[in-house]
Amino acid sequence: MKNEWPLWEIFIRGQHGMSHRHVGSLHAPDAEMAIKNARDVYTRRNEGVSIWVVEARHIAATVPGEKGPLFEPSESKVYRHPTFFDIPDEVGHM
Amino acid sequence: MAAEKNLLLEFLLRQGDNALILGHRVSEWCGHAPVLEEDIALANTALDLIGQTQMWLGYAAEVQGEGKTADDLAFLRDAWDFRNVLLTELPNGDFGQTLMRQFLFDAFQSVYLARLLGSSDETVAAIAAKASKEVAYHVERSADTVVGLGDGTEESHARMQAALDYLWPYVGEMFESDAVDTAMAESGVAPDPATLREEYDALVTRVLTDATLTIPESRFAHKGGRTGQSHTEHLGHLLTTMQWLQRAYPGNTW
Repeated sequence: MKNEWPLWEIFIRGQHGMSHRHVGSLHAPDAEMAIKNARDVYTRRNEGVSIWVVEARHIAATVPGEKGPLFEPSESKVYRHPTFFDIPDEVGHM
Repeated sequence: MAAEKNLLLEFLLRQGDNALILGHRVSEWCGHAPVLEEDIALANTALDLIGQTQMWLGYAAEVQGEGKTADDLAFLRDAWDFRNVLLTELPNGDFGQTLMRQFLFDAFQSVYLARLLGSSDETVAAIAAKASKEVAYHVERSADTVVGLGDGTEESHARMQAALDYLWPYVGEMFESDAVDTAMAESGVAPDPATLREEYDALVTRVLTDATLTIPESRFAHKGGRTGQSHTEHLGHLLTTMQWLQRAYPGNTW
């Protein structure tokens, strides 16, 4: 619909030092109002210290149909996980 | 001393009743706002105002010293006991009218609370410190929406201008001052609101100009709310809803 506000994806950083995480989406007429709406919709229980908003149409995404070629080849390559090293005891917890 | 106590009580009731009545009005939108985001935002604003009410009326009850609570003052008084300005009790109208009323009130609160931060009364200063952060957000949000709708479509502009024309005569009452205000100013508890009009006008004019709206020229002001002399007919209707439970089941608790 022509009169519908665009969709915005909302990212919120929970605490200092943590990265922003996608929390959901909402509608707003512009970026400023998207931030205000995100503040009201997603941080009312003290969830965040920083908000990013991105208009959904600017997000490029993988196509679900290409899941096989994109992600399956890595399933059989367990050696890419760093689990084959013997860690000396002196190192302690890693 | 007794007179001073009564004046402070009167001052506190005015603050608390403004927040309570406007908070209730705004809460009427819950589940009815045009879009979900605005619905939640309005509910947040209403809750902020009810939170401020608890602080103001809680302190008022303490000053009154009759063993009452904020709830007693909110739910067991009748229309003639309320001290809110008429602006806060006016009906919501359409969404634009609600946001225009909110902006005209938020703008006053932002100017007034900034002064209360330096109140000689520590409790008043502490309440203002908490409330002023909420109000800083409220005024930013309502101002943005007033500009968005005023400088929007032909229809939204016309509705916002109509809202402003209807609400403007209720602005002046916020700057009325009487013996209570004089006493508060003399004791350093609160400024005389009459001295804040210029700052308010500057803020409101800037936003309404951005919104391409025309401020009515008349300075005529409806009054009688903050003195309790005469409220509009709307307050009684509001109270029958807000106080319904205590009227139907006196003394009932959760």
